Amino acid sequence: MTARRSDVIVVGAGIVGAACAAALARDGWRVTVLEKSFASAGTTSVGMGHLVVMDDSPEQLALTQYSVRLWRELASVLDPRSELDPCGTLWVAEDESQLWALRSKRDVYLAAGVRAEILDARALVAEEPNLRRDLVGALHVRGDGVVYPPGAVLSLLDAARANGAVIREGVEVHELMPNGARTATETLHADVVVNAAGATSPHLTSGLPIVPRKGHLAITDRYARFCRHQIVEVGYLASAHVMTNESVAFNVQPRSTGQLLIGSSRELVGWDARINRDILGRMLDRATHFMPGLGGLSVIRSWTGFRPATPDKLPLIGRWDPIPGVWIAAGHEGLGITTSLGTAQLLADLIAGRATQIDAAAFAPTRTIAAVHA
Amino acid sequence: MAGRFTSSRGSRWQARCSTRACTHSVDRATVIRVDPCAEWASATSAVSRSTASRISVHAWLSQNLECASRPGTSPLTEVRDVVVIGGGPAGIAATSVAAENGAHVTMIDEGSEPGGQIWRPSARSTQPRRARRWIARLDASGAEILRSTSVVDVERVGERFVVVAVSRGVGRELLATSVVLATGARERFLPFPGWTRPGVIGVGGAQALAKSGTSFRGRRVVIAGSGPLLLPVAANLSRSGAKVLLVAEQAPPANVVRFTAGLWSRPFTLAQAAALRAGFMTTPFATGTWVVAARGDTVLREVTLTDGRSMRTLSCDVLCAAFGLVPNTEIARLLGCAVELGAVVVDETQLTSVANVYCCGEPTGIGGVDLALVEGQIAGLAAAARTVPAQLVSRRARQRRDATRLDRAFSLRGEVFALADADTIVCRCEDVRLGSLDRQWGIRQAKLYTRAGMGPCQGRVCGAALECLMGWPADSVRVPTQPTPCGTLTGRSSPQELPSEQGAS
Repeated sequence: MTARRSDVIVVGAGIVGAACAAALARDGWRVTVLEKSFASAGTTSVGMGHLVVMDDSPEQLALTQYSVRLWRELASVLDPRSELDPCGTLWVAEDESQLWALRSKRDVYLAAGVRAEILDARALVAEEPNLRRDLVGALHVRGDGVVYPPGAVLSLLDAARANGAVIREGVEVHELMPNGARTATETLHADVVVNAAGATSPHLTSGLPIVPRKGHLAITDRYARFCRHQIVEVGYLASAHVMTNESVAFNVQPRSTGQLLIGSSRELVGWDARINRDILGRMLDRATHFMPGLGGLSVIRSWTGFRPATPDKLPLIGRWDPIPGVWIAAGHEGLGITTSLGTAQLLADLIAGRATQIDAAAFAPTRTIAAVHA
Repeated sequence: MAGRFTSSRGSRWQARCSTRACTHSVDRATVIRVDPCAEWASATSAVSRSTASRISVHAWLSQNLECASRPGTSPLTEVRDVVVIGGGPAGIAATSVAAENGAHVTMIDEGSEPGGQIWRPSARSTQPRRARRWIARLDASGAEILRSTSVVDVERVGERFVVVAVSRGVGRELLATSVVLATGARERFLPFPGWTRPGVIGVGGAQALAKSGTSFRGRRVVIAGSGPLLLPVAANLSRSGAKVLLVAEQAPPANVVRFTAGLWSRPFTLAQAAALRAGFMTTPFATGTWVVAARGDTVLREVTLTDGRSMRTLSCDVLCAAFGLVPNTEIARLLGCAVELGAVVVDETQLTSVANVYCCGEPTGIGGVDLALVEGQIAGLAAAARTVPAQLVSRRARQRRDATRLDRAFSLRGEVFALADADTIVCRCEDVRLGSLDRQWGIRQAKLYTRAGMGPCQGRVCGAALECLMGWPADSVRVPTQPTPCGTLTGRSSPQELPSEQGAS
């Protein structure tokens, strides 16, 4: 790192802002994080917390693979509050055509250097006895895992603080300007201002192609060992990919408490946070379709949240050309927990002028401005 | 919900939490043992999870699967004029009066029989005459009663309310033009060292156990708390065979005397109190005295109490400890009704801040049976679009004055909010200790960072305590408002499919 010490302002203390603060503080920048509420209060606290390699596009595969590797490297120093559990992912197939799709997926993963193997029906039953018995197989991705996102944020912010970062909660930024940010009472200047405000980032940087994509989740009481992997149906990728008005896909996670976190749904309904009982019902119906025994387990809570979605399903990471000194790290849709670390490292490398580990061009924030209404 | 103290539920949770303790510690341990150099997969295999907890899951499943297997939901064809939630005195009164006035009414009650906590039928004695009279009136009113049924969600859809009710694992939705919330109250538990120890139960919880026929024969019992409930519970436990060593009322003697003096103006209540007092004349009653700790090993051994000057320790088997009642406002808050100082705000007709949502009884402020009955009648009349007679209004005003006086007499002293030390569990569902909470936080941070209030009771126990201890107002309510089998929440009709005009009154 150069000897020059400059100010960096990170707006937003969700998982992405916290990861950026940690990476930039480690690089020696004097970092200030401004969070309008409290750390992890937004989308971070209402998501599932999966660390998962996804291959919707080569760029997504590169970023998720890179990020999961960074999580693995961080595991030893991560605070226990992060509840990191290397449970792996099972992508389950209902019929031969889905299994065939999973074989192609495996080939893509293997070619990229991601460990992945096909389980036949019998092996799948052995791994997850509570799945329905007529599934034909699954793709097992051992390197995936889950974390408890608010705990991970606290851990990342502690790491940032250890390198001199200042975290200011309850400070709402109203406007970003060249090399600065304005709150209700003060104007702060910095060489670099990072908009990491997630789903609300367009409020600060108009023109960002990010829309809130609503999701529902439900969590059960504690049933230790009911399932041991994160389990996802093959159709999940399609559900996440297609920007239709609404879709549901089966996704369940074992939490460190023994609880089961059940997802997922996607809707484009603006900021309406109310529970849609129809969607919630369909989502839980999908879950009990795959795991019949779930039907008898108690759901203790359900809630909604808003993913920051971009038209091409890739986050915006890099310099925001229209305003000098403003950088973007936002638009991670449902993969913000996974890709936070890759995003932070990419951003830190770009800011420092270093070579990046993966190609950054695909994530340039200005790439899709024209496509915002696509 | 539904007119109860929920202390029985509290003790059930306690039992579940203690069975859970092993999974909890095991799971906490699993999370951290990750070797950064190794593949995660090897870390996964190194993680040993409890087989004991697996057995419990299977046992639990075998008990519960039959009721959870693909329950049907009833078609949404019928619109009730009024759905009354809760079958205690307020709910009974509201239901009876609304039905007598021609409304199509359904009352949803968690109990197997109407009556709520206060009129819960006892294995040993018959219900009070007034209870029998009201229940007979309810039966005669022709209202539909859904017994052993919990409401887990209520939502306004257009001009209607969708009430989601669950009974024995089967869910159904009811459509209503008006909703009357008669959801009762629960006990206020305040944490003190040892309060989660087996053998420590709520005062109302002890009452429920005694009424359900649990024998306290030969058990040495200390009752510590506040309010007029302590005496009847002591009487009931004595009748159940308990040796009640002490009834400790935290309110200062002067307040209790003032309250008792106030009773002279209310002959009915006085007679009641006298009868109760006669039931356990031999039991010492100490005012200005409160519990500070419960100690023991696997079971409760002794309880330490203080009057602020000196401590005394009593050997005992059971401690009943609770600090008055807290209104159940979850469904009211879910519907967006204004709540002030923990009580639902209502107007002259018991109407809340939300159109067509009425509230009566304890949720509008702890006031006891008499006030609940009057408020229930008023709510029932208003929900049936009838005028409320002036006589009822003046009776309510009188009852509310009594309630206020009671509330003042038994207001909690500051010391009882400071009993917990850093090591005391404040959230028993999630085993969160006071020392892990930061006073700078709010309830949402506490939930996200420590899981306090995130367990199956949804903060019903610790929420009220944290409000007292930390000054954190209650968080938003999330559905289902009670643990509900996943299978009952699946595959419902969408609100858009509701019939638009059918059956409107």
